[in-house]
Amino acid sequence: MNGAPVWAILISSIFTNNILFASFLGICSFLVCSNRIGTAVGLGSAVTFVMFCTTVLNYLIYYYVLVPLNLEFLSFIIFIVVIAAFVQFVEMFVERFSPDLYYALGIFLPLITVNCAILGAALFMVIRKYTFVQTVFYGLGAGLGWALAIALMAGLREKMGYSNVPTALQGTGIVMLIAGVIAMTFMGFAGMLSTQ
Amino acid sequence: MSNSAQLAAIGRGKTKETIQNGIYKANPVTHQVLGICSALAVTGRLENSLVMGGALIFVLAMSNLIVSILRSLIPRRIRMITEVAIIATFVIFFDQFLKAFYWDMSRQLGPYVALIITNCIVMGRAEAFATQNPPLLALLDGVANGIGYALILAIIGVFRELIGSGALLGYQVLSETWYTQNLIFVLAPGAFFTVGFLIWVINAINPPMREEVK
Repeated sequence: MNGAPVWAILISSIFTNNILFASFLGICSFLVCSNRIGTAVGLGSAVTFVMFCTTVLNYLIYYYVLVPLNLEFLSFIIFIVVIAAFVQFVEMFVERFSPDLYYALGIFLPLITVNCAILGAALFMVIRKYTFVQTVFYGLGAGLGWALAIALMAGLREKMGYSNVPTALQGTGIVMLIAGVIAMTFMGFAGMLSTQ
Repeated sequence: MSNSAQLAAIGRGKTKETIQNGIYKANPVTHQVLGICSALAVTGRLENSLVMGGALIFVLAMSNLIVSILRSLIPRRIRMITEVAIIATFVIFFDQFLKAFYWDMSRQLGPYVALIITNCIVMGRAEAFATQNPPLLALLDGVANGIGYALILAIIGVFRELIGSGALLGYQVLSETWYTQNLIFVLAPGAFFTVGFLIWVINAINPPMREEVK
Protein backbone atom coordinates (compact mmCIF):
# COMPACT_ATOMS: atom_id res chain seq x y z
CA MET A 1 0.00 0.00 0.00
CA ASN A 2 1.08 3.50 -0.75
CA GLY A 3 0.50 5.54 2.38
CA ALA A 4 0.64 9.01 0.88
CA PRO A 5 -2.26 11.32 1.81
CA VAL A 6 -4.62 12.13 -1.05
CA TRP A 7 -3.88 15.86 -1.16
CA ALA A 8 -0.20 15.08 -1.54
CA ILE A 9 -0.97 12.77 -4.46
CA LEU A 10 -3.12 15.42 -6.07
CA ILE A 11 -0.48 18.16 -5.78
CA SER A 12 2.43 15.93 -6.75
CA SER A 13 0.65 14.55 -9.81
CA ILE A 14 -0.02 18.09 -11.01
CA PHE A 15 3.36 19.65 -10.21
CA THR A 16 6.27 17.56 -8.97
CA ASN A 17 5.46 14.40 -10.89
CA ASN A 18 3.77 16.07 -13.82
CA ILE A 19 2.88 13.30 -16.20
CA LEU A 20 4.25 15.20 -19.16
CA PHE A 21 7.37 16.88 -17.80
CA ALA A 22 8.51 14.16 -15.42
CA SER A 23 7.16 10.98 -17.01
CA PHE A 24 7.22 12.13 -20.64
CA LEU A 25 3.74 10.81 -21.46
CA GLY A 26 1.46 12.25 -24.10
CA ILE A 27 4.29 14.06 -25.88
CA CYS A 28 2.97 13.27 -29.38
CA SER A 29 -0.28 15.17 -29.06
CA PHE A 30 1.52 17.74 -26.91
CA LEU A 31 3.78 18.55 -29.87
CA VAL A 32 1.05 18.57 -32.47
CA CYS A 33 -1.74 20.38 -30.65
CA SER A 34 0.09 23.08 -28.72
CA ASN A 35 -0.03 25.70 -31.47
CA ARG A 36 -3.02 27.62 -30.20
CA ILE A 37 -4.34 28.16 -26.68
CA GLY A 38 -7.93 27.37 -27.63
CA THR A 39 -7.03 23.98 -29.07
CA ALA A 40 -4.70 23.23 -26.19
CA VAL A 41 -7.27 24.00 -23.53
CA GLY A 42 -9.92 21.95 -25.39
CA LEU A 43 -7.65 18.95 -25.68
CA GLY A 44 -6.44 19.43 -22.12
CA SER A 45 -9.94 19.33 -20.68
CA ALA A 46 -10.88 16.32 -22.80
CA VAL A 47 -7.77 14.48 -21.58
CA THR A 48 -8.48 15.41 -17.95
CA PHE A 49 -12.02 14.08 -18.18
CA VAL A 50 -11.11 10.84 -19.97
CA MET A 51 -8.06 10.21 -17.80
CA PHE A 52 -10.02 10.67 -14.60
CA CYS A 53 -12.81 8.31 -15.70
CA THR A 54 -10.68 5.61 -17.31
CA THR A 55 -8.17 5.46 -14.45
CA VAL A 56 -10.99 4.89 -11.97
CA LEU A 57 -12.67 2.40 -14.33
CA ASN A 58 -9.41 0.54 -14.88
CA TYR A 59 -8.80 0.43 -11.13
CA LEU A 60 -12.13 -1.32 -10.61
CA ILE A 61 -11.53 -3.74 -13.48
CA TYR A 62 -7.98 -4.51 -12.42
CA TYR A 63 -8.67 -5.19 -8.75
CA TYR A 64 -12.13 -6.71 -9.01
CA VAL A 65 -11.87 -8.71 -12.24
CA LEU A 66 -8.27 -9.32 -13.30
CA VAL A 67 -6.63 -9.92 -9.91
CA PRO A 68 -9.23 -12.48 -8.66
CA LEU A 69 -8.88 -14.35 -11.97
CA ASN A 70 -5.05 -14.16 -11.94
CA LEU A 71 -5.10 -12.45 -15.30
CA GLU A 72 -2.84 -9.50 -14.42
CA PHE A 73 -0.70 -10.14 -17.49
CA LEU A 74 -3.67 -9.20 -19.65
CA SER A 75 -3.89 -5.80 -18.00
CA PHE A 76 -2.27 -3.90 -20.90
CA ILE A 77 -4.73 -5.11 -23.46
CA ILE A 78 -7.71 -4.70 -21.14
CA PHE A 79 -6.67 -1.15 -20.21
CA ILE A 80 -6.33 -0.06 -23.82
CA VAL A 81 -9.65 -1.65 -24.79
CA VAL A 82 -11.37 0.03 -21.84
CA ILE A 83 -9.90 3.38 -22.87
CA ALA A 84 -10.87 2.97 -26.53
CA ALA A 85 -14.37 1.82 -25.66
CA PHE A 86 -14.84 4.63 -23.14
CA VAL A 87 -13.72 7.27 -25.58
CA GLN A 88 -16.06 5.89 -28.24
CA PHE A 89 -18.92 5.84 -25.77
CA VAL A 90 -18.32 9.38 -24.57
CA GLU A 91 -18.11 10.57 -28.15
CA MET A 92 -21.51 9.08 -29.01
CA PHE A 93 -23.03 10.29 -25.77
CA VAL A 94 -21.79 13.85 -26.14
CA GLU A 95 -22.78 14.00 -29.79
CA ARG A 96 -26.31 12.86 -28.92
CA PHE A 97 -26.96 14.97 -25.84
CA SER A 98 -24.82 18.06 -26.07
CA PRO A 99 -23.92 19.24 -29.57
CA ASP A 100 -22.19 22.34 -28.17
CA LEU A 101 -19.85 20.29 -26.04
CA TYR A 102 -19.35 17.96 -28.98
CA TYR A 103 -18.06 20.77 -31.13
CA ALA A 104 -15.82 21.98 -28.33
CA LEU A 105 -14.38 18.64 -27.25
CA GLY A 106 -15.62 16.03 -29.71
CA ILE A 107 -12.96 16.59 -32.32
CA PHE A 108 -10.27 15.80 -29.75
CA LEU A 109 -11.76 12.58 -28.52
CA PRO A 110 -10.42 10.24 -31.25
CA LEU A 111 -6.94 11.64 -30.58
CA ILE A 112 -7.16 10.61 -26.97
CA THR A 113 -7.32 6.87 -27.55
CA VAL A 114 -3.72 6.87 -28.67
CA ASN A 115 -2.56 9.38 -26.06
CA CYS A 116 -0.05 7.43 -24.02
CA ALA A 117 -0.66 9.58 -20.95
CA ILE A 118 -4.06 7.94 -20.47
CA LEU A 119 -2.65 4.41 -20.58
CA GLY A 120 0.36 5.58 -18.59
CA ALA A 121 -1.84 6.86 -15.76
CA ALA A 122 -3.56 3.47 -15.53
CA LEU A 123 -0.19 1.70 -15.45
CA PHE A 124 1.25 4.02 -12.80
CA MET A 125 -1.88 3.45 -10.74
CA VAL A 126 -1.05 -0.28 -10.69
CA ILE A 127 2.72 0.08 -10.24
CA ARG A 128 2.43 2.52 -7.34
CA LYS A 129 -0.24 0.38 -5.65
CA TYR A 130 -2.70 3.22 -5.09
CA THR A 131 -5.87 2.59 -3.12
CA PHE A 132 -9.21 3.51 -4.64
CA VAL A 133 -9.41 6.99 -3.13
CA GLN A 134 -5.79 7.67 -4.06
CA THR A 135 -6.55 6.54 -7.62
CA VAL A 136 -9.43 8.99 -7.86
CA PHE A 137 -7.15 11.88 -6.89
CA TYR A 138 -4.26 10.62 -8.97
CA GLY A 139 -6.40 10.36 -12.13
CA LEU A 140 -7.67 13.88 -11.58
CA GLY A 141 -4.26 15.34 -10.78
CA ALA A 142 -2.48 13.68 -13.68
CA GLY A 143 -5.11 14.95 -16.10
CA LEU A 144 -4.94 18.49 -14.71
CA GLY A 145 -1.16 18.37 -14.85
CA TRP A 146 -1.21 17.39 -18.50
CA ALA A 147 -3.75 20.11 -19.32
CA LEU A 148 -1.62 22.67 -17.47
CA ALA A 149 1.47 21.58 -19.39
CA ILE A 150 -0.11 21.83 -22.84
CA ALA A 151 -1.79 25.16 -22.02
CA LEU A 152 1.55 26.60 -20.84
CA MET A 153 3.29 25.44 -23.98
CA ALA A 154 0.54 26.78 -26.26
CA GLY A 155 0.79 30.18 -24.59
CA LEU A 156 4.54 30.25 -25.16
CA ARG A 157 4.24 29.06 -28.75
CA GLU A 158 1.74 31.79 -29.58
CA LYS A 159 4.24 34.37 -28.34
CA MET A 160 7.04 32.59 -30.14
CA GLY A 161 5.36 33.36 -33.46
CA TYR A 162 7.02 36.78 -33.22
CA SER A 163 10.51 35.53 -32.55
CA ASN A 164 13.21 34.61 -34.99
CA VAL A 165 13.91 30.91 -34.53
CA PRO A 166 16.72 29.28 -36.59
CA THR A 167 15.24 27.36 -39.52
CA ALA A 168 16.47 23.94 -38.47
CA LEU A 169 15.20 24.46 -34.94
CA GLN A 170 11.66 25.43 -35.93
CA GLY A 171 8.83 23.13 -35.01
CA THR A 172 9.74 20.18 -32.82
CA GLY A 173 13.26 21.24 -31.91
CA ILE A 174 12.39 24.52 -30.22
CA VAL A 175 9.37 22.99 -28.48
CA MET A 176 11.65 20.35 -26.99
CA LEU A 177 14.10 22.94 -25.70
CA ILE A 178 11.30 25.02 -24.18
CA ALA A 179 9.82 21.89 -22.64
CA GLY A 180 13.21 21.25 -21.08
CA VAL A 181 13.22 24.69 -19.46
CA ILE A 182 9.65 24.21 -18.19
CA ALA A 183 10.61 20.78 -16.87
CA MET A 184 13.39 22.44 -14.88
CA THR A 185 10.96 24.87 -13.31
CA PHE A 186 8.61 22.01 -12.47
CA MET A 187 11.50 20.23 -10.76
CA GLY A 188 11.63 23.24 -8.48
CA PHE A 189 8.28 22.15 -7.06
CA ALA A 190 9.93 18.97 -5.81
CA GLY A 191 10.97 20.86 -2.69
CA MET A 192 7.31 21.07 -1.65
CA LEU A 193 6.83 17.35 -1.19
CA SER A 194 8.72 14.22 -1.99
CA THR A 195 6.09 11.61 -2.62
CA GLN A 196 4.95 9.73 -5.65
CA MET B 1 -5.75 -5.06 -57.82
CA SER B 2 -2.56 -6.54 -59.28
CA ASN B 3 -1.64 -10.19 -58.84
CA SER B 4 0.84 -11.44 -56.33
CA ALA B 5 3.74 -11.88 -58.78
CA GLN B 6 3.60 -8.21 -59.69
CA LEU B 7 3.36 -7.23 -56.08
CA ALA B 8 6.40 -9.34 -55.29
CA ALA B 9 8.32 -7.64 -58.11
CA ILE B 10 7.41 -4.22 -56.76
CA GLY B 11 8.41 -5.52 -53.36
CA ARG B 12 11.95 -6.38 -54.52
CA GLY B 13 12.44 -2.93 -56.01
CA LYS B 14 11.29 -1.31 -52.80
CA THR B 15 13.47 -3.34 -50.48
CA LYS B 16 16.44 -0.99 -50.46
CA GLU B 17 14.24 2.08 -50.29
CA THR B 18 12.30 0.63 -47.38
CA ILE B 19 15.47 0.01 -45.39
CA GLN B 20 16.91 3.46 -46.16
CA ASN B 21 13.68 5.22 -45.28
CA GLY B 22 13.29 3.40 -41.99
CA ILE B 23 16.79 3.94 -40.72
CA TYR B 24 17.93 7.23 -42.13
CA LYS B 25 15.89 9.19 -44.67
CA ALA B 26 12.60 9.15 -42.83
CA ASN B 27 13.79 8.17 -39.38
CA PRO B 28 10.68 7.72 -37.23
CA VAL B 29 11.98 9.69 -34.24
CA THR B 30 13.78 12.64 -35.74
CA HIS B 31 11.92 13.13 -39.00
CA GLN B 32 8.41 11.93 -38.39
CA VAL B 33 8.58 12.84 -34.68
CA LEU B 34 6.87 9.68 -33.56
CA GLY B 35 7.47 7.68 -30.42
CA ILE B 36 9.09 10.57 -28.62
CA CYS B 37 7.65 9.59 -25.24
CA SER B 38 9.83 6.55 -24.72
CA ALA B 39 12.76 8.18 -26.49
CA LEU B 40 12.71 10.72 -23.67
CA ALA B 41 11.77 8.50 -20.81
CA VAL B 42 14.12 5.53 -20.90
CA THR B 43 17.29 7.11 -22.24
CA GLY B 44 18.79 8.18 -18.91
CA ARG B 45 20.99 5.10 -19.12
CA LEU B 46 22.40 3.50 -22.25
CA GLU B 47 21.48 -0.01 -21.11
CA ASN B 48 17.80 0.88 -20.81
CA SER B 49 17.89 2.56 -24.22
CA LEU B 50 19.28 -0.58 -25.83
CA VAL B 51 16.70 -2.87 -24.23
CA MET B 52 13.92 -0.50 -25.24
CA GLY B 53 15.28 -0.39 -28.80
CA GLY B 54 15.33 -4.17 -28.91
CA ALA B 55 11.76 -4.32 -27.60
CA LEU B 56 10.59 -1.95 -30.27
CA ILE B 57 12.35 -3.81 -33.10
CA PHE B 58 10.68 -7.03 -31.97
CA VAL B 59 7.20 -5.59 -31.53
CA LEU B 60 7.31 -3.51 -34.69
CA ALA B 61 8.58 -6.35 -36.90
CA MET B 62 6.11 -8.91 -35.56
CA SER B 63 3.07 -6.65 -35.56
CA ASN B 64 3.86 -5.41 -39.07
CA LEU B 65 4.18 -9.01 -40.25
CA ILE B 66 0.91 -10.15 -38.69
CA VAL B 67 -1.05 -7.06 -39.74
CA SER B 68 0.24 -7.49 -43.28
CA ILE B 69 -0.70 -11.19 -43.39
CA LEU B 70 -4.18 -10.38 -42.12
CA ARG B 71 -4.57 -7.18 -44.11
CA SER B 72 -7.24 -8.47 -46.47
CA LEU B 73 -9.14 -10.21 -43.67
CA ILE B 74 -9.48 -7.28 -41.28
CA PRO B 75 -12.73 -5.36 -41.81
CA ARG B 76 -11.96 -1.69 -42.33
CA ARG B 77 -14.23 -0.44 -39.59
CA ILE B 78 -12.51 -2.34 -36.80
CA ARG B 79 -9.06 -2.01 -38.32
CA MET B 80 -7.58 0.18 -35.57
CA ILE B 81 -8.71 -1.91 -32.64
CA THR B 82 -7.50 -5.09 -34.36
CA GLU B 83 -4.10 -3.53 -34.87
CA VAL B 84 -3.97 -2.42 -31.26
CA ALA B 85 -4.84 -5.95 -30.12
CA ILE B 86 -2.09 -7.46 -32.28
CA ILE B 87 0.46 -4.94 -31.03
CA ALA B 88 -0.59 -5.42 -27.41
CA THR B 89 -0.15 -9.17 -27.76
CA PHE B 90 3.49 -8.83 -28.72
CA VAL B 91 4.10 -6.18 -26.08
CA ILE B 92 2.74 -8.57 -23.46
CA PHE B 93 5.10 -11.28 -24.79
CA PHE B 94 8.07 -8.99 -24.37
CA ASP B 95 6.97 -7.71 -20.98
CA GLN B 96 6.51 -11.24 -19.63
CA PHE B 97 9.91 -12.19 -21.03
CA LEU B 98 11.56 -9.25 -19.24
CA LYS B 99 9.72 -10.01 -16.01
CA ALA B 100 10.81 -13.66 -16.15
CA PHE B 101 14.48 -13.23 -17.04
CA TYR B 102 15.48 -9.61 -16.39
CA TRP B 103 13.48 -8.51 -13.40
CA ASP B 104 15.69 -5.52 -12.58
CA MET B 105 15.41 -4.20 -16.11
CA SER B 106 11.67 -4.72 -16.04
CA ARG B 107 11.49 -2.68 -12.83
CA GLN B 108 13.53 0.14 -14.29
CA LEU B 109 11.60 0.42 -17.53
CA GLY B 110 8.41 0.39 -15.48
CA PRO B 111 5.36 1.28 -17.53
CA TYR B 112 7.31 2.21 -20.64
CA VAL B 113 7.39 -1.32 -22.06
CA ALA B 114 3.61 -1.42 -21.87
CA LEU B 115 3.47 2.00 -23.43
CA ILE B 116 4.89 0.59 -26.65
CA ILE B 117 1.23 -0.21 -27.34
CA THR B 118 0.46 3.47 -27.74
CA ASN B 119 3.82 4.24 -29.32
CA CYS B 120 2.84 6.09 -32.46
CA ILE B 121 5.60 4.42 -34.50
CA VAL B 122 4.13 0.94 -34.15
CA MET B 123 0.60 2.08 -34.88
CA GLY B 124 1.78 4.38 -37.64
CA ARG B 125 3.78 1.72 -39.46
CA ALA B 126 1.00 -0.85 -39.13
CA GLU B 127 -1.49 1.65 -40.47
CA ALA B 128 0.60 3.31 -43.16
CA PHE B 129 2.76 0.46 -44.39
CA ALA B 130 1.65 -2.99 -43.28
CA THR B 131 -1.94 -2.60 -44.46
CA GLN B 132 -0.76 -1.90 -48.00
CA ASN B 133 2.29 -4.11 -48.50
CA PRO B 134 3.08 -7.84 -48.67
CA PRO B 135 4.21 -9.57 -45.45
CA LEU B 136 7.96 -9.84 -46.09
CA LEU B 137 8.29 -6.20 -47.09
CA ALA B 138 6.23 -5.21 -44.05
CA LEU B 139 8.51 -7.29 -41.82
CA LEU B 140 11.50 -5.55 -43.35
CA ASP B 141 9.91 -2.15 -42.85
CA GLY B 142 9.26 -3.04 -39.24
CA VAL B 143 12.87 -4.08 -38.66
CA ALA B 144 14.23 -1.01 -40.49
CA ASN B 145 12.06 1.44 -38.56
CA GLY B 146 12.84 -0.42 -35.35
CA ILE B 147 16.56 -0.10 -36.01
CA GLY B 148 16.13 3.57 -36.88
CA TYR B 149 14.38 4.08 -33.56
CA ALA B 150 16.87 1.98 -31.59
CA LEU B 151 19.75 3.92 -33.14
CA ILE B 152 18.36 7.28 -32.06
CA LEU B 153 17.64 5.92 -28.59
CA ALA B 154 21.21 4.64 -28.35
CA ILE B 155 22.61 8.01 -29.41
CA ILE B 156 20.48 9.86 -26.86
CA GLY B 157 21.37 7.25 -24.24
CA VAL B 158 25.12 7.68 -24.85
CA PHE B 159 24.93 11.44 -24.51
CA ARG B 160 22.73 11.46 -21.44
CA GLU B 161 24.62 8.79 -19.54
CA LEU B 162 28.02 10.18 -20.50
CA ILE B 163 27.24 13.80 -19.64
CA GLY B 164 24.92 13.01 -16.77
CA SER B 165 26.94 10.46 -14.85
CA GLY B 166 30.21 10.20 -16.74
CA ALA B 167 29.59 6.53 -17.41
CA LEU B 168 28.64 4.21 -20.25
CA LEU B 169 26.65 1.02 -19.63
CA GLY B 170 27.39 1.53 -15.94
CA TYR B 171 31.19 1.70 -16.31
CA GLN B 172 32.80 4.95 -15.20
CA VAL B 173 34.36 6.41 -18.37
CA LEU B 174 35.06 9.95 -17.24
CA SER B 175 36.92 9.84 -13.95
CA GLU B 176 35.10 11.44 -11.04
CA THR B 177 38.31 13.13 -9.96
CA TRP B 178 38.10 15.74 -12.69
CA TYR B 179 34.64 15.32 -14.21
CA THR B 180 31.74 16.86 -12.35
CA GLN B 181 28.62 14.86 -13.04
CA ASN B 182 25.98 16.96 -14.70
CA LEU B 183 22.96 15.32 -13.11
CA ILE B 184 20.43 17.42 -14.98
CA PHE B 185 21.05 15.27 -18.04
CA VAL B 186 19.90 12.13 -16.28
CA LEU B 187 16.80 13.93 -15.03
CA ALA B 188 13.78 14.99 -17.05
CA PRO B 189 14.95 18.38 -18.45
CA GLY B 190 18.11 16.80 -19.87
CA ALA B 191 15.98 14.45 -21.93
CA PHE B 192 14.14 17.35 -23.54
CA PHE B 193 17.38 19.26 -24.17
CA THR B 194 19.17 16.26 -25.69
CA VAL B 195 16.30 15.39 -28.02
CA GLY B 196 15.81 19.04 -28.94
CA PHE B 197 19.47 19.49 -29.86
CA LEU B 198 19.57 16.16 -31.69
CA ILE B 199 16.60 17.16 -33.84
CA TRP B 200 18.23 20.52 -34.45
CA VAL B 201 21.50 18.94 -35.62
CA ILE B 202 19.80 16.36 -37.81
CA ASN B 203 17.47 18.90 -39.39
CA ALA B 204 20.42 21.16 -40.12
CA ILE B 205 22.37 18.37 -41.85
CA ASN B 206 19.43 16.77 -43.58
CA PRO B 207 16.50 19.21 -43.95
CA PRO B 208 13.13 17.47 -43.68
CA MET B 209 10.71 17.57 -46.60
CA ARG B 210 7.68 18.39 -44.56
CA GLU B 211 5.01 20.99 -45.03
CA GLU B 212 5.24 24.13 -42.95
CA VAL B 213 3.01 24.05 -39.92
CA LYS B 214 1.67 27.48 -39.20
